[in-house]
Amino acid sequence: MALVRLIRDDTSIPFMALRKAGPALAGLLALASLVLFFVPGLNYGIDFRGGIVVEVRTDGPADFAAMRSALTGLDLGDVALQEFGAPNEVLIRVESQDGKPGGQEAAVEALRNMLTAQFAGADIRRVESVGAEVSDELFIDGVTALLFAFVAMLVYIWFRFEWQFAVAAVGTLVLDALIGVGFFAVTNIPFNLSSVAALLTIIGYSINDKVVVFDRVRENLRKYKSMPLIDLLDKSVNDTLTRTIATSLTTFIAIAPLAIIGGESVAGFAMAMMFGVVVGTLSSIFVAAPLVHMMGDEQLRRGVQKEAEPEAGGARP
Amino acid sequence: MLRFAPWKLAVIGLVCLLGLVFAAPNLLTREQAAELPGWLPNQKINLGLDLRGGSYLLLEVDTGAVVEERLQNLLESARSVLREDRIGYTKLAVEGGQVVIQLRDPGQMQAARQKLDELAEPVGGALLGGGRSDVVIEADEANGLIRMGLTEESIQSRVQNAVGQSIEIVRRRLDETGVVEPTIQRQGADRVLVQLPGIDDPQRIKDLLGKTAKMTFHLVRGIVTADDERAPPGTMIVPSSHELDSRGEPLRYIVSRKVEVSGENLSNANPGSDQRSGGPAVFFTFDNTGTRKFARVTQDNVGRPFAIVLDDEVITAPNIREPILGGSGQISGGFTFQEAADLAVLLRAGALPAPLEIVEERTVGPDLGADAIAAGEIATLIGGVLVIVYMVLMYGLFGLFSAVALVINLILILGILSMLQATLTLPGIAGILLTIGMAVDSSVLIFERIREEGRLGKAPISAMDAGFSRAFGTIIDSQATTLLAMVLLFAFGSGPVRGFSVTISIGIVTSLFTSIWLLRLFLVTWLRSRRPTTLPV
Repeated sequence: MALVRLIRDDTSIPFMALRKAGPALAGLLALASLVLFFVPGLNYGIDFRGGIVVEVRTDGPADFAAMRSALTGLDLGDVALQEFGAPNEVLIRVESQDGKPGGQEAAVEALRNMLTAQFAGADIRRVESVGAEVSDELFIDGVTALLFAFVAMLVYIWFRFEWQFAVAAVGTLVLDALIGVGFFAVTNIPFNLSSVAALLTIIGYSINDKVVVFDRVRENLRKYKSMPLIDLLDKSVNDTLTRTIATSLTTFIAIAPLAIIGGESVAGFAMAMMFGVVVGTLSSIFVAAPLVHMMGDEQLRRGVQKEAEPEAGGARP
Repeated sequence: MLRFAPWKLAVIGLVCLLGLVFAAPNLLTREQAAELPGWLPNQKINLGLDLRGGSYLLLEVDTGAVVEERLQNLLESARSVLREDRIGYTKLAVEGGQVVIQLRDPGQMQAARQKLDELAEPVGGALLGGGRSDVVIEADEANGLIRMGLTEESIQSRVQNAVGQSIEIVRRRLDETGVVEPTIQRQGADRVLVQLPGIDDPQRIKDLLGKTAKMTFHLVRGIVTADDERAPPGTMIVPSSHELDSRGEPLRYIVSRKVEVSGENLSNANPGSDQRSGGPAVFFTFDNTGTRKFARVTQDNVGRPFAIVLDDEVITAPNIREPILGGSGQISGGFTFQEAADLAVLLRAGALPAPLEIVEERTVGPDLGADAIAAGEIATLIGGVLVIVYMVLMYGLFGLFSAVALVINLILILGILSMLQATLTLPGIAGILLTIGMAVDSSVLIFERIREEGRLGKAPISAMDAGFSRAFGTIIDSQATTLLAMVLLFAFGSGPVRGFSVTISIGIVTSLFTSIWLLRLFLVTWLRSRRPTTLPV
């Protein structure tokens, strides 16, 4: 049986020719994402903004006008109605009710009563209500988790590799994560706790990819002592290219079905991860490797040699 | 390379077998699983509320009320000890989290302090307190001003106790409602997490949990007639729950602050109908202490009205017609049969030490849960098949080996989830899918390495050996970083998101096993039986 090869074995693409353009483009995208993060800002979901979300399935196509006017009658402030999936599936978002008499709870009860009374056959499939205090805490927890993740990655890579790799990897990760945030800003997918999970996964996946490339760079540094660093990085990226593409593809196609049929609460999450797989893969090649190059040839080699010496007499054949 | 140590073979076999045995009950219905012989595991995967449907309620104990209650008690005690010793004061009030006392004669400061010092209680109860007092007294000698505040430590200890008691009361109330398998957990310093599988409209439960149900019996001193009337010392104004005055506003009673008997002394409560009117009523029975107290009060106050106060409302204030010595009575007034039944439940279960507020609610209907499971299953199936097809196209026979390893990996994940009874959520399913994609990564790394070594002219055996050992370090590094990120997510995340970190973490561990040991076993077995001269990658 003939095996399919996406990449020929003797492939040698001069990726490093783009060693300035890659990081520059990534930096630009990250900067744009940062701007979008503030203006117009993310579409914060219920987890971080507080409020109420109700998912309703009506008998037959939903009457949006009637529902909107009934909702306005409840006097709950900012209310958004959205069709998703099918014409009889409605998502109702209500702003945080903190400070109003009865607060969130009274509003949830009023919503339920209104829906069952005025829309016969309506099935309330999901109700979520998050108070302002809880949403603030969730946000802080989310940001803390992200910060700790960066530090943990930095420490781990530093421990396992030379510092140049650690700095390059974490620098790339920060850009990846920012671009991931930009994805949420551009697509307007609600930014929830699961989005933080998606960002963490993007970081985890991205670092995974960098580790594989860096591992090869380090190995080649020991093997080809006189090869110019640019050629060496190119060779390392090309050596691992088949694997990089294979893994990205399998991960991508494994998540894709969930993005298509997962429903409102998980589809955005799956899409963000698919986006992250693409970004994480590209950034290993076009950002992380060039950053290692910028860290300087001399020092890197000295570091690698020094580390290799104690291993010289080791057990490895 | 070609030899596998027997113990290794045994471990591989055992792990796979255990995975199968633990995963197997998931194929059975709940009834079938229950009929399995006792020595076989029969637990199915614990589905999260987003998959099985149900309600998730996060309740917060009102810490302000806990502090306020202790301060009010302190104030009442201060009033009685000062009176006892005839120490005059011009002001006695709770202000800014302190009991503030202005003595009439600053010269009595010493005497007052001595008495007030005795009101302090040891922190954390008499047994464990080690004698540290819960009250800090600041005295302004010159002006005769005393401020009594609570120590931070004692507040924490009180809140902690209140949360503990609340959990117990919530459990009792839920038991009365017949909810199946509720889970009740403490969360953080002042919160209680309640999960109610199968409940798609938690309104009645929220109503039950939202009531403090603090019932107290007080003597009535009168009724507020003028708007600006203030409660005389030692009394308080409490509105009626349903009686209205001539202007159509709730009637306001003036009742003595002193609690004659409280709901703590109830031994039972049941709903029923009032014998005379036939309307809804709650019949209650006191325990021994309650019976004694109730008998004494009713004996001493025949002909006077007696108010039953529930959560700061007078629910009824009947006249005492005759001494009640038997320790039982009834409450009727202004409620429906459903409300009478709920009140009986609340009285039986006992009062919450402080009000509970619902700060987070997530309810998923059973249909949506079933849809989510179906979507998750289909997505996993499609994702798995796509990955397997890809692997076989890319790596042929070796790809097939890794596909088998992948399937075993999935079985192991399901087995471990069942064994640990970890909760599987919809993001958790996403985690499994991500694991499928990433587990293959290890195989790809190994195959590519073998292939590369083979191209350098190595014989199949040594190429394979080099492939595995070279790829090993990379695999560990790349998986460890992902594991790190997931551990952090578990530590800081909550709810469904935690489910995601759980499945990925389990998936990383199982995929290390399947790619490093199992896959190697497949390849070695194949190599030994075929003795190929070239490798098919």
